[in-house]
Amino acid sequence: MTVIHHSHANDHSVPYAKRGPAPTNVLVGYGFWLYLLSDIIMFSAMFAAYAVLSSHTAGGPKGIDLFVKGDVLLETVFLLVSSFTCGIMGLASAAKNRNHTYWAALATFVLGAGFLILELQEFSHMVHEGAGPSRSAFLSAFFALVGLHGLHVFVGLVWLVVMMLQVKTIGFSDMVQRRLNCFNLFWHALDIVWIGVFTIVYLGAK
Amino acid sequence: MLGKLSLAAIPLHEPIPMIAGLGMIFAVIALVGLITWKKWWGILWHDWLISVDHKKIGVMYIILGLVMLLRGFVDALMMRSQLAMAAGGAAGYLPPDHYNQIFSAHGTIMIFFVAMALVVGLMNIAIPLQIGARDVAYPVLNSVSFWLTASGMALMNISLIVGEFARTGWLVYPPLSELAFSPQVGVDYYLWALQIAGVGTLLSGINLTATILKMRAPGMGYFEMPVFCWTALAANMLIIAAFPILTATFGMLLLDRYADFHFFTTNMGGDPMMYINLIWAWGHPEVYILILPAFGIFSEVFSTFSKKPLFGYHSMVYATLAICGLSFVVWLHHFFTMGAGANVNGFFGIMTMIISIPTGVKVFNWLFTMYGGSIKFTSPVYWAIGFIITFVLGGLTGVLLAIPPIDFALHNSLFLIAHFHNVIIGGVVFGAFAGYTYWFPKVFGFQLHEGLGKAVFWCWFIGFYVAFMPLYVLGIMGATRRMQHYSNPDWQPFMIVAFIGALIILLGITLTIVQLVVSIRNREKTRCTAGDPWDGRTLEWSTPSPPPHWNFDAIPQVRSLEDFWHSKQPNGEPLQYVDNPSGKFHMPKPSALGITLSFFATVFGFAMVWHIWWLALVGLFGCIAAVIAHSWQTENEVDIDLNDPAHAHGHA
Amino acid sequence: MSDLINKRNHYDDTHPATPGEIHDYKEGIQKYTIGLVLAAILTALSFWAADSASVWAPSMPALLAALAIGQMGVHLVFFLHISSGPESTNNILALCFGVFVVALVVFGSIIIMTNLNEHMLPMDQLMNIQIQR
Repeated sequence: MTVIHHSHANDHSVPYAKRGPAPTNVLVGYGFWLYLLSDIIMFSAMFAAYAVLSSHTAGGPKGIDLFVKGDVLLETVFLLVSSFTCGIMGLASAAKNRNHTYWAALATFVLGAGFLILELQEFSHMVHEGAGPSRSAFLSAFFALVGLHGLHVFVGLVWLVVMMLQVKTIGFSDMVQRRLNCFNLFWHALDIVWIGVFTIVYLGAK
Repeated sequence: MLGKLSLAAIPLHEPIPMIAGLGMIFAVIALVGLITWKKWWGILWHDWLISVDHKKIGVMYIILGLVMLLRGFVDALMMRSQLAMAAGGAAGYLPPDHYNQIFSAHGTIMIFFVAMALVVGLMNIAIPLQIGARDVAYPVLNSVSFWLTASGMALMNISLIVGEFARTGWLVYPPLSELAFSPQVGVDYYLWALQIAGVGTLLSGINLTATILKMRAPGMGYFEMPVFCWTALAANMLIIAAFPILTATFGMLLLDRYADFHFFTTNMGGDPMMYINLIWAWGHPEVYILILPAFGIFSEVFSTFSKKPLFGYHSMVYATLAICGLSFVVWLHHFFTMGAGANVNGFFGIMTMIISIPTGVKVFNWLFTMYGGSIKFTSPVYWAIGFIITFVLGGLTGVLLAIPPIDFALHNSLFLIAHFHNVIIGGVVFGAFAGYTYWFPKVFGFQLHEGLGKAVFWCWFIGFYVAFMPLYVLGIMGATRRMQHYSNPDWQPFMIVAFIGALIILLGITLTIVQLVVSIRNREKTRCTAGDPWDGRTLEWSTPSPPPHWNFDAIPQVRSLEDFWHSKQPNGEPLQYVDNPSGKFHMPKPSALGITLSFFATVFGFAMVWHIWWLALVGLFGCIAAVIAHSWQTENEVDIDLNDPAHAHGHA
Repeated sequence: MSDLINKRNHYDDTHPATPGEIHDYKEGIQKYTIGLVLAAILTALSFWAADSASVWAPSMPALLAALAIGQMGVHLVFFLHISSGPESTNNILALCFGVFVVALVVFGSIIIMTNLNEHMLPMDQLMNIQIQR
């Protein structure tokens, strides 16, 4: 067996594609990136259904009569600021600053939970008015699309709690750092999906 | 307490499912007995069930695929024999209710649990070895993917004994699949089985894509990748892009059935056409998910056994990527007749025909690879040549169907059935068998029996033509798919010939089992532990057979496409490896996460089917708890020391 | 350096970061703040435009779409830290493929379903015909 005594792992004259297997943090980040793309494609199928069915109100209420833009704006602000605090949490954990990490995570959690509460209030209000998902295809698509996003936020909150417990019990190990990085990507991606939701569903309501 | 489940769910009055179900139960009991008697439980558990070794997971995928092939093929035999009888006034032996379940189960099993399992299994085995990696990017996730697929398979098989399967065709079109028209549990079995298996497939797609893009040995740029890796990359990217659409679509149908939503219902503004639109936005890429890896296998086979580099490697790569992109812009050709205007139908018809151009490029590349080569006629080459002949024919009937006016005459006829079996058997099944024969010695260290392998090929090849050529004719005569009996006696001779064809294929499947048994018994004669029985060209042949758990003692330093082939030439320089003076590296530990998740996912799916809500919660929280518990595991790797004699001979 | 290849779990801080990863605390906060401000402005513009009478009504969808796409871009650059470096090539290619598929699914579905609806009776009327027969 011939053996060469150096490798190109960090040799910048070698093209990136030829430098050999990526280190674990790059590997995990990339896999999660692919997962997020698949998630966004799943949302795109829901958006497609909403776009096609939003005019199928079956004589029931229309979006423009149901949606309260002020509440949506508040939800949007909550989610946007939580994206910011989540980013701060990522920076603090990269710097292995425990206190900052906890506070930023707490802020993210509170804002995310606030978003969910507002959304659930909106849902229950609509159901009370007789505008539940069974009323029409439009409302089915609305509840499924917005609800799917809300479900993602809920999963994110559970994940965040788990991550804080891991920071507490395991500490800022490489593994925990990689997961916090994935969580960061997840949370930001949800915010991007929300831009689509508020633009198409709420602001574009007819 | 038990939701909709009661003793009445067990079809005691229907002899055929009962016999099949009892047979299945006895087979499982016999297997469990054998394992207990031989004291294999420990080996089975540690070396297989919780293994995260990509090769073993690949083997388990293939076993799963072959087992399901038996069940799917029994369904096919029942359909063909029913139709050989039920002409004129005869009713045959299968009542319509049962017949409807059979053709639905046949399609579902063959696509999701046979073709997908075989293709994903072969990709799992070959990709890391071809790119010089020690495993896939996320080994535990790989095990989870496999076990979720197995969970879907378990639900499929439970539906045989407890309750029933869908009677709606393999894609459960609404409004028929809606609660109003299918109140029974069959559609729910279908949906939950495929939701769970679909998540497994998606995770596997992410895993293999990341493996190919991020785990290649140093020096292997994109154009030093074996062509199978390119086709697998395209297929896995299609999985990432297409399977979420399937999940969303099934999710909407589930909401319709469980929560009174109105996506696809016929009232309250629902639109069944939307389902058909979305399901085919997944369905067409799915076809290419299956066929692209098969193209890759044939490319490897042609090149290896012609002793020539693949003709037009770059054009092959670009053709693969073109097919990958185009596969997403043709989906409407599956529903030309559902009311779109001439302009929309025309656009999708033309896009469909355009796909034949990159495919044609590939066919010519394969022919030119053989041209002037010194071809060794092994059984993989038989499959490959049989594939070219059969697939080109299937492609031509596909181009016929791509013309909307012709499709209006032939849609939902047996012509269509003949067409897609022509491409799926001629392409995917032949490809899977070629890959199975080609890589078998790599995985097990001995070869499959060549003579029997060729016999298997001839049975499938002849059997296919005898079984499906009559269906083309019948389709043109007006016979439709999914019919349980027919009144025109002129069709019967063709139906009988088709049944004989199915029997010939049955012989081929039987011979596959015989071949496996004979090859295992004769394994000492065909040992090839040095690892290169075919005089191969790519890196997987540079490591011993079976490869050690970690594939390569030292990671290759790649210099060119076909580096290994060049190193074997008389004046070729030997392969180079990355230096690792300590002889130490890490490998992932086995993990029971996959099988645990599979158990709880099956419980969850079963409980949802029967509306046993408390049990569904148990299943769901079981899954979540398993993941969270696993996430606290910090010691996920074991140290391998090549200088330690316990590891030196390739046994972990 | 060959360690990096032999040890699968080698963590190397000097290696190019993946999206979402930033190592300098202060620089990071700066970047997030810029992102937050830009995103807030774009959000405010969207909500304002949707209710405003001074926007020419037929141009509204295009305007809202432009603002939304702009904000998604801001999020990608400032929050997800997408860059154009060689280490991000795979991420960007994957993203492009994803956007391609999203566009096909959404616009393809809209075009196809609009076309179908133009040519076919609405579903409830279609069912009526079948019941009457």
